[in-house]
Amino acid sequence: MSKHHVTTTLNGNAVEFLCETQQTLLEVLRDELHHTGTKEGCATGDCGACSVTLDGRLVCSCLVLGVEAQGKSIQTIEGMAEGTSLHPLQRKFLEHAALQCGVCTPGILIAARALLERNPDPSEEEVRFWLAGNLCRCTGYNKIIDAVLDAAHEMRGG
Amino acid sequence: MDAKVIKPEAEGRDDNALKIVGTSPVRPDGVPKVTGLARYGADFALPGMLWGAILRSPHAHARIRAIDTSKAGSLTGVKAVITSADFPEQKYEFVGPERVAINFWHMTRNVMAREKVLYEGHAVAAVAATSKAIAEAALRLIEVDYEPLPHVIDVDAAMQPDAPLLFEDMITRGVEPPPKNASNISKRTELNLGDVDAGFAAADEIVEMSFKTAPVHQGYIEPHACLARFDAKGQGEIWAASQGHFVVRAFTARLLNMNIGDVLVHPAEIGGGFGGKTVIYVEPLAAALSRKCGHPVKIMMSREDVFKSTGPTSGSSMTVKIGARKDGTLVAADGLFKFQAGAFPGSPVMNATMCGFAPYNIPNVRSVGYDVVCNRPKSAAYRAPGSPISAFAVESVMDALAAKLGMDPLKFRLMNACKTGTPTAWGPKHAHDGYAETVKALLAHPAYAAPLGKNQGRGFASGFWFNNGGESSATVHVNEDGTVVVATGSMDIGGSRASMAIMAAETLGIAYDDVRAIVADTASIGYTHVTGGSRVTFATGIAVVEACRKVIAELCARAAMIWKLEPGEVIWENGCARPADAAAGKLEPMPLKAIAAKRALTGGPIGAEASVNAGGAAPGFATELCDVEVDPETGGVKILRFIVAQDVGRAIHRSYVEGQMEGGAVQGIGWALNEEYIYDDAGRLLNAGFLDYRIPVASDLPMIETVLVEVPNPNHPYGAKGVGEVNIVPAMAAVANAINNAIGRRLTELPMSPPKVLAAIHSGQK
Repeated sequence: MSKHHVTTTLNGNAVEFLCETQQTLLEVLRDELHHTGTKEGCATGDCGACSVTLDGRLVCSCLVLGVEAQGKSIQTIEGMAEGTSLHPLQRKFLEHAALQCGVCTPGILIAARALLERNPDPSEEEVRFWLAGNLCRCTGYNKIIDAVLDAAHEMRGG
Repeated sequence: MDAKVIKPEAEGRDDNALKIVGTSPVRPDGVPKVTGLARYGADFALPGMLWGAILRSPHAHARIRAIDTSKAGSLTGVKAVITSADFPEQKYEFVGPERVAINFWHMTRNVMAREKVLYEGHAVAAVAATSKAIAEAALRLIEVDYEPLPHVIDVDAAMQPDAPLLFEDMITRGVEPPPKNASNISKRTELNLGDVDAGFAAADEIVEMSFKTAPVHQGYIEPHACLARFDAKGQGEIWAASQGHFVVRAFTARLLNMNIGDVLVHPAEIGGGFGGKTVIYVEPLAAALSRKCGHPVKIMMSREDVFKSTGPTSGSSMTVKIGARKDGTLVAADGLFKFQAGAFPGSPVMNATMCGFAPYNIPNVRSVGYDVVCNRPKSAAYRAPGSPISAFAVESVMDALAAKLGMDPLKFRLMNACKTGTPTAWGPKHAHDGYAETVKALLAHPAYAAPLGKNQGRGFASGFWFNNGGESSATVHVNEDGTVVVATGSMDIGGSRASMAIMAAETLGIAYDDVRAIVADTASIGYTHVTGGSRVTFATGIAVVEACRKVIAELCARAAMIWKLEPGEVIWENGCARPADAAAGKLEPMPLKAIAAKRALTGGPIGAEASVNAGGAAPGFATELCDVEVDPETGGVKILRFIVAQDVGRAIHRSYVEGQMEGGAVQGIGWALNEEYIYDDAGRLLNAGFLDYRIPVASDLPMIETVLVEVPNPNHPYGAKGVGEVNIVPAMAAVANAINNAIGRRLTELPMSPPKVLAAIHSGQK
């Protein structure tokens, strides 16, 4: 069984990798490309911990095959900050104590950024429904919602 | 929504003297956790690493006649195959305090089945191979000859005399004389206070009800994972996400018959635990595989494995009876608590019997518990283990009794509230206040009397949790530039590095950002018990403060040396040494940085270690308000408002204290409304995934409101009480009481899912 050769873009960088047919994008990111910031919580698309964007579209990387990344642009948590300058969402998550264990955090940050790109001024209810596919078991979501709303406010120039 | 802070003992408090305690600085480990660089259990790799995989039982109950691993072992790429034969037999004995006793004979059988498989998902063999795909293929080549046996899932069914037995020779402990016949009842416990029969005879009103609760999983988002490396000298290292790397070390060494010192455990970041990662599953398997083949081995559980083979908390069957006089004074309480332990003994039923009635001053109490095995995964700790289950029963009965007496449910609780000196059913008297203050906080809250709409209802409930102290170690080192490193042995599961840095900075009188807090591995710091029992901020905090005080004494001695004074002539104030007496001459206070700069001339590096076995943990109390709206057509319950009033002693990091309260409440809401293990007739779990085992999502919930009630604990330098657990205790009863208030029907079975609520609406019974 020969592996597939895939050419893609990861956080703006040209990347090539070999993968088996059945390997998911999540497995490729973690095991082949050593980008372990994207987490596996369920591998069935139910928890959102593995959220990434593929050509700007928010996906669960556990439900995408590695070969599907061919010619596409992948954005993961490792590409969210610009150098040492944190994205406003990252900063607000820290200021609001919006993470306890932190394992759902990369996926939630990616999902929240995708929301704010589409809707820079979401209501609390819109944030709650957008993030309903991202499970957090620690926080009860309060501080996550607060952080997203505060980041949106700041990004609008509030 | 801003949280409230209530300080009942405002007079004479010195809160104004605190500079950092009670604030909410950014956690020291924050940036790696928002940039994807923090390394959790599954994020480690080593050169030459193999992938481990585990073969699990398809049967709920079966005898293992034989296992043939020869075909798997000869598959190209497979480097090791293990079964229970690779683990030494353990002595059958219960060790440790009865409430949390461990039996290694059970533990080794839980991590790898021996004579029988006792639940679907029970591990029977494991392989290590050069790829995940080869490891999975090898599992399919392992031939297990099973003799399927009848199984039992429900706790009441498991207690029947003709129930299938998990252990053919298990005689119930705690019964005199011991029963002649084996049963699934591992243990009976009974607590007595006063004379229950006389108490009920004096009661004017009595309410008795029976309840059932479903097992629920802790639901941490990170599945169990570890990497193990063992070498030819018989020494090993493990990288694992756990709530206690010292416990991983001790248990793994024991199951592999190794010296504790030959196992080094590195604390990976942990992706949630809630009690479920205080025990081991994959660690001894990865270690045994690595020991057998000499290569590093990594094992990751799937989510399905997590649900099927790791500990949910117990399901239960309970009957509670409480009696009161006409004026509302409680006179007697009687509780019968039957808990599913899962496949091996050790449910938290003793906690349940102790905690259920603990918030109240009741002169006559009987509380009986049964620990019952059945063909489910072995239960593990889950946030205040046992207490939320008995609280669901007790607090539902308290609500019904208040109604029967025509009393307000909060005022009824307040008039019977325990305080310092109130006897407990298990012996000692309560040594702390705090419960009544949580009730008063809700009585004073505007939500208490806010109007409700159609199909809406309001419920209240309270809860108690012991909170633990215990063994902890910390070191504090002054760096060359005067910054400080604080190392502890406590896994940071939700911001404890920040709390440790706050307490160290406050004690030393330096800036929070000048303290770096880390979690040290098992070879680099003294023994520290698990991050659990709401013990870390209390016990490890005491160790940190004690180490800081030793460092301060040393800093004063160094300053005295520089100033040519006697050590007793220098004191520490605001981060500086200064002469105790102005008579010493005109000397400017000497800051920590200046003393650190001169350390080489005054004796070398400055640092200290403190190891403690902390007593004096004060219990946690919480009272909660829940408003619901019930959809009369679907039976769906929407949480409109939820308020947690909790006695937190004194909040060290305020945001993370609020976070514990918010998170605990939401776990309780999930337990109340959605979560349960569902089995088919063959004893196979039908909902082993997050799609069908539905934990609360953001759109299910309102903002959880918190009221931090601060009644400081005199046994902690900053007044801290454990805050992690008690917030979940009242939640299910608060929801049930709110539903009762909305529809006039009392639900006695968890979860209160739409079909059950709908059936209750359409039933005639009240």
